Amino acid sequence: MFRGRQPVPLPIGILAGAGAAFFILPLIGLMLRAPWANLWPDLTAPESLLALRLSLVASLSATALALVLGLPLAWIYARVVFPGRTVLRALTTLPMVLPPVVGGVALLMAFGRRGLLGQILDAAFGIRLPFTTAGAVMAETFVAMPFLVLTVEAGLRSMDRRYEDAARTLGAGRWTVLRRVTLPLVAPSLFAGAVLCWARALGEFGATITFAGNFPGRTQTLPLAVYLALETRPDAAILLSLVLLVVSLVVLVVLRDRWLGSA
Amino acid sequence: MTAFIQIRRSSLVAAVGLVAAACGSPGPVSSSPAAPSPVTVFAAASLTAAFQSMGSAAGHVNPPLLTEYNFAGSPTLVAQIQQGAPVDVFASADQPNMQKLVDGGLVMGSPRVFATNRLQIVVAAGNPKGITGLADLVRPGLVVVLCAPAVPCGRYAAQALEKAGVRIVPASEETDVKAVIGKVSLGEADAGIVYVTDVRAGGAKVQGIAIPDTQNVVAAYPIAVMKAASHGRAAQAFVDFVLSPQGQRILASFAFGGP
Repeated sequence: MFRGRQPVPLPIGILAGAGAAFFILPLIGLMLRAPWANLWPDLTAPESLLALRLSLVASLSATALALVLGLPLAWIYARVVFPGRTVLRALTTLPMVLPPVVGGVALLMAFGRRGLLGQILDAAFGIRLPFTTAGAVMAETFVAMPFLVLTVEAGLRSMDRRYEDAARTLGAGRWTVLRRVTLPLVAPSLFAGAVLCWARALGEFGATITFAGNFPGRTQTLPLAVYLALETRPDAAILLSLVLLVVSLVVLVVLRDRWLGSA
Repeated sequence: MTAFIQIRRSSLVAAVGLVAAACGSPGPVSSSPAAPSPVTVFAAASLTAAFQSMGSAAGHVNPPLLTEYNFAGSPTLVAQIQQGAPVDVFASADQPNMQKLVDGGLVMGSPRVFATNRLQIVVAAGNPKGITGLADLVRPGLVVVLCAPAVPCGRYAAQALEKAGVRIVPASEETDVKAVIGKVSLGEADAGIVYVTDVRAGGAKVQGIAIPDTQNVVAAYPIAVMKAASHGRAAQAFVDFVLSPQGQRILASFAFGGP
């Protein structure tokens, strides 16, 4: 049903305007303070490029890892009833509300050199995760994966399961149904979840610096580079944060229009 | 920005009040209706324990000096002061950060050095890797973390390593001294280079290995009253107290050196 423009009640308009200004003013502040003349030299400085490349590699790897581990998890949450499901789901989405620094400490307790699993990895295989790029990917996955799991779970719950039933009655096996019917039907939420997960991974700071440390080219992602640059090269820090901002903004706008229906 | 600072400041006051209440110390708050308002001190993070102790001692002199603190990394504090934060006294962990405020015309008079700090190698308690000096840090397989070159402790560590003729590639360049101590006390790193005072504050899980004078770097801590001070006289009295024999004794008990 189509609805024309409807008049906005004044109080709602004022509060909504204040709400929008609350987010837009800081962005304008950043834009106005940005030293545009240095844009190119600062962005192409070796340390910036190093951090940018590492951020892309780490956030994309984290998204891939989240898809491999998170998709099955979301499917089980949506389709299987078992005791403790609510508690398990809460536990695996905890990183959304946990301060990321605490998440980093928890990762050290599990996968660090003295951690529960980490000491076994070290002793048996000589694998040490802290201070490595793999560690940075893990920290990002830890914080970002819940976004993917929750989005995909919601997609699976809201899809019309009669298509799956129809495919089954027509003789398709469970694997074929999953591959040819279920996944295509939840593709929009799968894509949305993956992009949200990627954007969160790209901005990750606390867990990364706590678990993986900070070393240029190895674990110093863009947010870490921004934080350190604030103390020595504040201009470069502003420009680097604008890069993060623009990337996230493009992702959110495209996501909204292409996959969530432009309303 | 100002509102942000004020909120932080009031929560700081609340926090200090809570700590005071929890410690059962005679709270200076509301002892008399005409109680003077406190001196606001911005101090480097490495001064946290020493200045809290300093504040409770200053509350017992006659007339009592009330203080409230904002502890953070020196560059952060400088940025806050430059943005107009309400501050009476600034105590910096290094000269360059204080100099930024002097250059900006924000400092009353000239800053005075009130304490010094030195570097130590921090290792796990018991020194399981048997580290005796900077030269040992190059040993293969040893995980060493340093402060990033951007922060004072990282700059000093680089100077010390250069004096010792030692070249190492750290596993990580941490953003502050506490993060270096944390990595060592959690067992993730075998060694780090930090201030003597931080090793003391790091507790029983870590211990310090001395760095000889010829390789060590002395960090000077300057203090000054700010032009923005709303309690100029009390602010100067606090600076005098820090420089007094009693103030110096307190700093020494936290392993700081004299000026």
